[in-house]
Amino acid sequence: MKTFKKITALLSAALIALTATACTNNSDKASSDDDQLYRTVDEIKESGTIRIGVFTDKNPFGYVDNNGEYQGYDVYFAERIAQDLGVALEFVPTEAANRVEFLETGKVDIVLANFTVTDERAEKVDFALPYMKVALGIVSPDSDVITSVEQLTDKTLIVVKGTTAETYFTENYPAIKLQKYDEYNEAYSALQDGRGDAFSTDNTEVLAWALQNPGFTVGIETLGSIDKIAPAVTKDNTSLLNWINDEIASLADEQFFHKAYDETLADVYGTAVDKESLVVEGGVI
Amino acid sequence: MEGYEVIFAGNNFIRLLSGLWVTVRISLISIGISLILGFIMGTAMTGRNPFVKVLCRVYLEAVRIVPQLVWLFIMYFGITRLTGLNLSGEAASVIVFTIWGTAETADLVRSAFGSIPIHQFESGFSLGLSKIQLYIFVILPQALKNLFPNIINLATRMIKTTALISLIGVTEVLKVGKQIIDANRYEAPDAALWVYGVIFLMYFAVCFPLSLLSRRLTERKD
Repeated sequence: MKTFKKITALLSAALIALTATACTNNSDKASSDDDQLYRTVDEIKESGTIRIGVFTDKNPFGYVDNNGEYQGYDVYFAERIAQDLGVALEFVPTEAANRVEFLETGKVDIVLANFTVTDERAEKVDFALPYMKVALGIVSPDSDVITSVEQLTDKTLIVVKGTTAETYFTENYPAIKLQKYDEYNEAYSALQDGRGDAFSTDNTEVLAWALQNPGFTVGIETLGSIDKIAPAVTKDNTSLLNWINDEIASLADEQFFHKAYDETLADVYGTAVDKESLVVEGGVI
Repeated sequence: MEGYEVIFAGNNFIRLLSGLWVTVRISLISIGISLILGFIMGTAMTGRNPFVKVLCRVYLEAVRIVPQLVWLFIMYFGITRLTGLNLSGEAASVIVFTIWGTAETADLVRSAFGSIPIHQFESGFSLGLSKIQLYIFVILPQALKNLFPNIINLATRMIKTTALISLIGVTEVLKVGKQIIDANRYEAPDAALWVYGVIFLMYFAVCFPLSLLSRRLTERKD
């Protein structure tokens, strides 16, 4: 029976490997053949509907409000794209884990889901010009606000495991003691209890939190390398990519993303935050 | 806003219910088809044809080894890449859960029939029962009694596993809950407990009647 089980395991593994290779072969072919999975701008216009992948639980970038309506900074831009293309808009709920697959299979035309540009992702999808940027931020109690990284030497900094903050401080500031947590809410409780002197993660996250929690200030709003957030389309869908790039460039005239900020992010980040530390206009960082 | 107010704010409760309906619909369709196909396959597995037995065994192990999430990705994204065929998220979910449910049901049916002692067959035949009579009056009642609790167990497992389908873009009840919690994360930070509480009750409301049903069906056979 044992050998039998082994044989079946081997067989099924072979089957899966076969499916997997078949998948990659096909996607290689798809880009050169006529049976490409993406839709060009003309095809989208002809169909009358554009499908845009957004987050449904990442307030304030893409979320569904209490009335079931899509809201947020990404959604605001999505609505404008549909309007300027002159087509109806269909939102497709996506997750961080499947954004690339949705594009690779052409199940969405564009992903607007707080998509950070990385080299690894750029091999699989095509990123347009950025419309937002994100860096690290550091939040600390009002009683002892950290305004420069040097102040943190020999102090304890709270980070969440697996985030850019953890990598950044481990590599660049080994003198700072790191206290690591698995979850964001654990990290925030640790900060509130005074188990650490400050907490660092994406600035969008700490800025929003500090505003909701009096007694804490974001002393450093922008730190480390700046990551770009951009719309993504299926690899090689140049017609749509160019259209989006032109759109982003032309929207700079009316300062569209500043307006998007006012409409969607201002409530969360308040007036204390410098708009320019998040918003990117015309794709220019 | 207090946490409990979030449940009934806007359309939230209706959205939770329609999310639950998505969960229930997909599970029930899958379970229904799985039972039919699983019975056929399970019966085939108890037969004597070695080729059929090996084939069923390979299918069963292949389904079990690969996690359901991987099957969902293969069915939803993989099929589109391979063939260009664009299944909806719901259709892909029903297919995957049926593939899984059929395999598990078949194995349960096989073991239920297998657990009937051989003398039950022999005694039946010696009483002069035909093969059909033997199965209807002797074997099936005993086999079903073993089978029901396991089938119900499988059904509740399938209902709970549907939480995975939000990863292929289907918004089921748990995803609706996460959306509601997130939409209110600044106004009502403690909403999570309430929302998950309601979802817990909803899952319970669906799964508990199944347990009751199983209990009644097994009692009657006594």
